[in-house]
Amino acid sequence: MTKLEQKAGAEKVGVVIVGHVDHGKSTLIGRLLNDTDSLMDGKLKEVQESCKRRNVPFEWSFLLDAFQAERDQAVTIDTTQIWFKSQKRPYVIIDAPGHREFLKNMISGAAFADAAILVVDAAEGVREQTKRHAYILHLLGLKQVVVAINKMDAVAYDEKRFNEVKAEITAYLSGIDVTPRQIIPIAAREGDNIAKKSDKMPWYKGASLLEQLDAFSPAAPPVEKPLRFPVQDVYRFDERRIIVGRIAAGVLRKGDTLVFSPSSRSAKVVSIEKWNAAHDILSAQAGESVGITLDQPIYAARGDVASHADKAPMLTHDFRANIFWLGKEPLRAGKRYKIKLATSEATVMVRSIDRVIDTGDLQRTEKDFVGVNEMAMVTFHSRETVALDPFADNHETGRAVIIENQDVVGGGIINMEGLADLRQQRQAAQENLHAVDHLLTRQDRALRNGHRGMVVWLTGLSGAGKSTLAMRVERALHIKGMQTYVLDGDNVRRGLNADLGFSAEDRSENIRRIGEVAALMADAGLIVITAFISPFIVDRRAARAAVKDGFHEVYVKADLSTCEKRDPKGLYKKARSGEIAEFTGITSPYEPPEAPEIVVDTSARGIDECVGVIVEHVLENARATTLETRDETRAER
Amino acid sequence: MQDHLDELESKTIYILREAYNRIKPLGMLWSIGKDSTALLWCIRKAFYGRIPFPMIQLDTGMEEDEVYAFRDQLVKDWGFELIIEQCPPEAEMDQTLPPATRAAARKTEGLKNLLAREKYKGVIVGIRRDEQSMRAKERVFSPRRFDGTWDYKDQPAEFWDQYKTDFPEDTHVRIHPILHWREIDIWRYTQRENIPIVPLYLSRGGMRFRSLGEKNITFPIKSDASTIEEIIAELETTKTSERAGRSMDNETEDSFERLRQSGYM
Repeated sequence: MTKLEQKAGAEKVGVVIVGHVDHGKSTLIGRLLNDTDSLMDGKLKEVQESCKRRNVPFEWSFLLDAFQAERDQAVTIDTTQIWFKSQKRPYVIIDAPGHREFLKNMISGAAFADAAILVVDAAEGVREQTKRHAYILHLLGLKQVVVAINKMDAVAYDEKRFNEVKAEITAYLSGIDVTPRQIIPIAAREGDNIAKKSDKMPWYKGASLLEQLDAFSPAAPPVEKPLRFPVQDVYRFDERRIIVGRIAAGVLRKGDTLVFSPSSRSAKVVSIEKWNAAHDILSAQAGESVGITLDQPIYAARGDVASHADKAPMLTHDFRANIFWLGKEPLRAGKRYKIKLATSEATVMVRSIDRVIDTGDLQRTEKDFVGVNEMAMVTFHSRETVALDPFADNHETGRAVIIENQDVVGGGIINMEGLADLRQQRQAAQENLHAVDHLLTRQDRALRNGHRGMVVWLTGLSGAGKSTLAMRVERALHIKGMQTYVLDGDNVRRGLNADLGFSAEDRSENIRRIGEVAALMADAGLIVITAFISPFIVDRRAARAAVKDGFHEVYVKADLSTCEKRDPKGLYKKARSGEIAEFTGITSPYEPPEAPEIVVDTSARGIDECVGVIVEHVLENARATTLETRDETRAER
Repeated sequence: MQDHLDELESKTIYILREAYNRIKPLGMLWSIGKDSTALLWCIRKAFYGRIPFPMIQLDTGMEEDEVYAFRDQLVKDWGFELIIEQCPPEAEMDQTLPPATRAAARKTEGLKNLLAREKYKGVIVGIRRDEQSMRAKERVFSPRRFDGTWDYKDQPAEFWDQYKTDFPEDTHVRIHPILHWREIDIWRYTQRENIPIVPLYLSRGGMRFRSLGEKNITFPIKSDASTIEEIIAELETTKTSERAGRSMDNETEDSFERLRQSGYM
């Protein structure tokens, strides 16, 4: 193995050739292969003989067009990839069809490129697909672009004509923020200015096409950007719970605390897992497929994006995108689509078509639909909270594909200008909460009521007896003259949380709101009893943090078989039959409390006894006379 | 810092994990050759030592003896489920196809029988773009029509690592996790990872197999490369195509196109 080869392996550059149909893209590639001596033995002869047999003139493009239909019609239908080497490095050349009808194939090829050659016919000048393809390069974020003005032989290698076409394409490209590194006059059929400078155009002083390609560099993975680790899957092949995915941006280190969006749960990375790794892995970076294990069993699933807390992605229901549309049916305002963004999926509605862009003259037109092969700016509304980045900040988490009837019908890059980040709104709301000093303190309220406010948080499986206990405990406390209130599914789901469903994310949000409301009520002086399964440690921990002091976790314990036997609402039956998708204990985990204030086992003890234990605990902790001491000991909670 | 082989491997693992998450049931065609064996190695990496779906060999009974011996040894060493599908005889093939192409078509028919019986929604195949110009036009997730045929004139859009993973009933998808590898990459990876290979790839008496297929339609090439290192050195300078020893590619201009269109790998 030579040094050059070894090194070259890491520096492969993908180059896409784009431009209007028949401006000579495939010819250029055939010529590049030939002039860099990259064709396989006998390939040229084979194609020449085939032409003779079929009585058609030889075309360089025949070296590439693989399908019979492509050779018959001399048109490239689908994108292809060809490898060749210059003196400096290997290349993957991506041939993209120029015909309007095959735009989806052109994009499928161009999206893999590090650099692009835009081919323009010297005689015909800039045409419709020249402009559309250039616009697509801009949307794909391709910055390394060279323009090849081809078929100079057909205009007698005329400098004046070259300058006219050069001015035309430069004017267009500057309108879409694409700056070509070089504009080169070539004659692909003759090999002029391809692999070496041509003596037929002494007036041209710049580089040959190959020299210009050698000056490009491979797109490096975005290691410098903030960490984005989209969760692809969660494996439990053995005792480990491994969260797998490919790092989209940044660097992930063992020991990092990660925030999972959109749920905003966090946990610490215990290990980075790769099979057959020679040693302990301390870090991994953009581009790597890895797995991680966490210090807490938080709920993380495909579609979540892990990041560092200080540089997390935006959270939103509304986003705007610059899209290209490939669907046979037009995109219309009010229609629903599925989008895929990194590993997440969401159902979105087209809120508005802000403008449709005519790629011919870059004029914005007012239309209420986006037709096939058109570009537009569109605002979407998603039912679920979506974690994303503006494309300008992070490519991998800043673009989405649009799906209709199981097919990819478009793609778009995200622009969040003027749209709100829910994460920031949430943080701002938290900060403002502490801005005003209340004149009445908790202690004043406790003295008035004769007891302090607190939250008695019941957690346990469905059927463990939470609701029954909550009602009985409330009644017992009420009789003793205390101010009480029970929060349960009946009074919360109908109003406060009527907008939430039963997805993992919504269930988590349900508990978050209940925690916040319970905290307010306790602050107002009430003894609040909550009766929710609240299966996840992290959610209950958040509730405890919201309440600060006065949070009393009660683990209502009962084994699964007892609960399933009781099944007061018939829910276990439905879960077993698959009617309910995510049901705690059956298809979704329950995480028992690690250090609850009270444990009551309803399968081992009678209901009266359990009520007695809780009431006694409340009386002892809520008495106004114990205020000072309790506050001191629990202030750090 | 990832090197070139790490990058290829990471992408392959990503594709395998997508397939495993999105498509069920899943199976993989294991030809026992260098490419699908390197891919099998990537599966062990993707799933932490496990091979969580069956390997399928489309068997014509015409492989070299060393190929069968290697197969049985690897199943024993790595421990995975292997389904051996016997392909229908050549006499049942389309008689308008040239002879070697007709022999190769047996595998297409074997695959169709298997799919009809086992109802796989996804079939993983270890083909590469640089092998052959038809394969260069493939998608990573490539849908097949209900009769197993490939609609190459209307392939799905595929970009930004978003693959087509939803399909109508009665169709299946071919998944190509090493489409982006080159022949030389496979050898460098095989060498680096110390992946076992059928010994026929190494030169004996001045000849070696560059591509392994049935003995009636595959021929060895002249080569003195008797180690993987020497194969890599040979590939750096060769100007002969990898499939030069495959009769079916070279019978008529469109023989491979006809094979692939009707469902060949």
